[in-house]
Amino acid sequence: MSKKLREPLFHIAKRTGIPAWKAWLIRGATIVAALVVCALFVVMVTDLNPLEVYKAMFSGAFGTTRKIWGTAQNTALLLCISLAVTPAFKMRFWNIGAEGQVIAGCIATTACMILFGNKVPSALLILIMAVASVAAGVIWAIIPAIFKATWNTNETLFTLMMNYIAIQFASFLCTVWENPAGSAHIGVINSATKNGWFPDLFGQKYLVNILIVAVLTIAMYVYLKYSKHGYEIAVVGESQNTARYVGMNVKKIIIRTMALSGAICGVAGLIIVGGTDHTLSPESARGHGFTAIMVSWLAKFNPIMMIVTSLLIIFLQRGASQIAQQFRLNEAIADILTGIILFFIIGCEFFIHYEIKRTHKEG
Amino acid sequence: MLSTIALFISRAVVQGIPLLFGSTGEIITEKSGHLNLGIPGVMYVGAVSGVIGAFFYEKNAAGDLNPFLAVVIPLLSSLLGSLVMSMIYGFLTITLRANQNVTGLALTTFGVGIGNFFGGSLATLYGQGGALSLKATSDVFKRSLPFAGKLGAVGQIFFSYGFMAYLAILVAVVVTIVLRRTRVGLNLRAVGESPATADAAGINVTRYKYGAVGIGGMIAGLGGLYFIMDYTCGVWSNGGFGDRGWLAIALVIFAIWNPDIGILGSVLFGGLYVVYLFIPGLGRSSQELFKMLPYVVTLLVLIVTSLRKKRETQPPMSLGLSYFREDR
Repeated sequence: MSKKLREPLFHIAKRTGIPAWKAWLIRGATIVAALVVCALFVVMVTDLNPLEVYKAMFSGAFGTTRKIWGTAQNTALLLCISLAVTPAFKMRFWNIGAEGQVIAGCIATTACMILFGNKVPSALLILIMAVASVAAGVIWAIIPAIFKATWNTNETLFTLMMNYIAIQFASFLCTVWENPAGSAHIGVINSATKNGWFPDLFGQKYLVNILIVAVLTIAMYVYLKYSKHGYEIAVVGESQNTARYVGMNVKKIIIRTMALSGAICGVAGLIIVGGTDHTLSPESARGHGFTAIMVSWLAKFNPIMMIVTSLLIIFLQRGASQIAQQFRLNEAIADILTGIILFFIIGCEFFIHYEIKRTHKEG
Repeated sequence: MLSTIALFISRAVVQGIPLLFGSTGEIITEKSGHLNLGIPGVMYVGAVSGVIGAFFYEKNAAGDLNPFLAVVIPLLSSLLGSLVMSMIYGFLTITLRANQNVTGLALTTFGVGIGNFFGGSLATLYGQGGALSLKATSDVFKRSLPFAGKLGAVGQIFFSYGFMAYLAILVAVVVTIVLRRTRVGLNLRAVGESPATADAAGINVTRYKYGAVGIGGMIAGLGGLYFIMDYTCGVWSNGGFGDRGWLAIALVIFAIWNPDIGILGSVLFGGLYVVYLFIPGLGRSSQELFKMLPYVVTLLVLIVTSLRKKRETQPPMSLGLSYFREDR
């Protein structure tokens, strides 16, 4: 062997533990760095003053009372779907089918509103809608769970396919129930009677949505942290063999947890159709089913932290659509900025879990 | 009747080729153990960087296009764009060991944003009526063999496409041979099945992973370029690519990680996508149900392969897991 082996200058080692404040310091610094890069990007392609751009973004998300309510209700919706995917992720079940499960909930809600629209009083109708949407979400989520638990079918790919089946089914229904004929849109349902619409609370249209999600957030926090189920989910996520060894029924836990995931997605569908849009479209879930995965993961599966991370994403989206309007840019800039910030946050986890050490010279 | 069938098959192929590029690229990537859910984004960027290259060349050439440069410039810029995208994914998931699903989804958001931002901005600045047309470049890309028109149905089924369609099939065949019959392919599959074992056998795991992610991304990006230059005749419109990126990922499963099956699968998927145009008496609503079919078929394949538990038909064992040498 004439070739000399070169010793690398650095090597990577897993950290044994890192104080929480240090981890959050790294994350905070990362977000600042990401915002700087975003600003550089905006300046490079548009020649605008980055401070003006951030000011515009801020006013787009929080500028007026109406915008604040809009931001709050969007955040609540994204948060709701993020809560839904969390228990499954904690179990290391990669449910990327939230989009489809939400659409399933939307479809069920819409069907109830159209079919029973003028036959039952609004309060009863909302109850029927709730039951139907939760059931639809559960069914859409439980199918991949059963296959995963019984035959170990790859759940990521399975749930991904289920998304598009649900979306295509929604576009099918949009042509079946279209109004006016030929438009391929359903239009606002029961716009005259407001049957099945969530009631205004204190004069606020979206307050009911926000309250539902607030309750869900606290419930999910307690469920994951203090309940027996939450403990079982954590054990299955860490090691299925350990779970089996201590006598847990892994199959039952997987199916039960996915049913819960689907149920909350169904609630999100109910909120979208009953509380916000009052109509159905193939884009009803707004891509939030995918965004929620990132929200949940960024918050380290902690429901309370998810309030912050979902607010961050919604702030970016609404802020970017404001700068798009104000400076006559393309709306897609929101996706680019979201992407850049996500890359930074995803990358920074490495520095929390690993450390880079100088290799010591020997001899 | 014959001419209808020939037309149907040629339409199916044109629909299927972007999926074939995408799925061949994704198969290479997945064989290294990396589930790149960013492929839809990579394909968008592959499309838009080709458009940008073609746009600036057309602008400089001012009507006097050199056919060779008109092909090479968009091709290279498309490859470069998708390489940059897949290297972002590679750096995050291979070196920084980030979660592959999250990184991939973020890459899709980012890539679709890049595509729509630059494509859309070019269209508003220089296009007519909000759409950018690169017809001159597209004509060069679409040039088929001169005798194709004279051979009737046979000519239409086999010879009526631009060169990139044949490139897609060639790439799929070459990748199949490399994966099955060569040392490099064996090593790559070893990395995807069990990186620790491959590492112990002296294979440079990191280099193989980067190579697979990069080459896979570049091939997938060509699918986006084909879509713009051949299918839409050089017209960029925002969101026009639709969910074809996800369909390409579905095709990977349908083909059970074999690019050669992917060739047939892509034509089948393409056919399912357009078949409603050829069945008389279908309403608009049933068309949406037909578009559901590729996903349903893929789901069935996924279920059947997992029920049969044959080793050859399983996803790569370490798919979705990141590898750290010091982990046990």
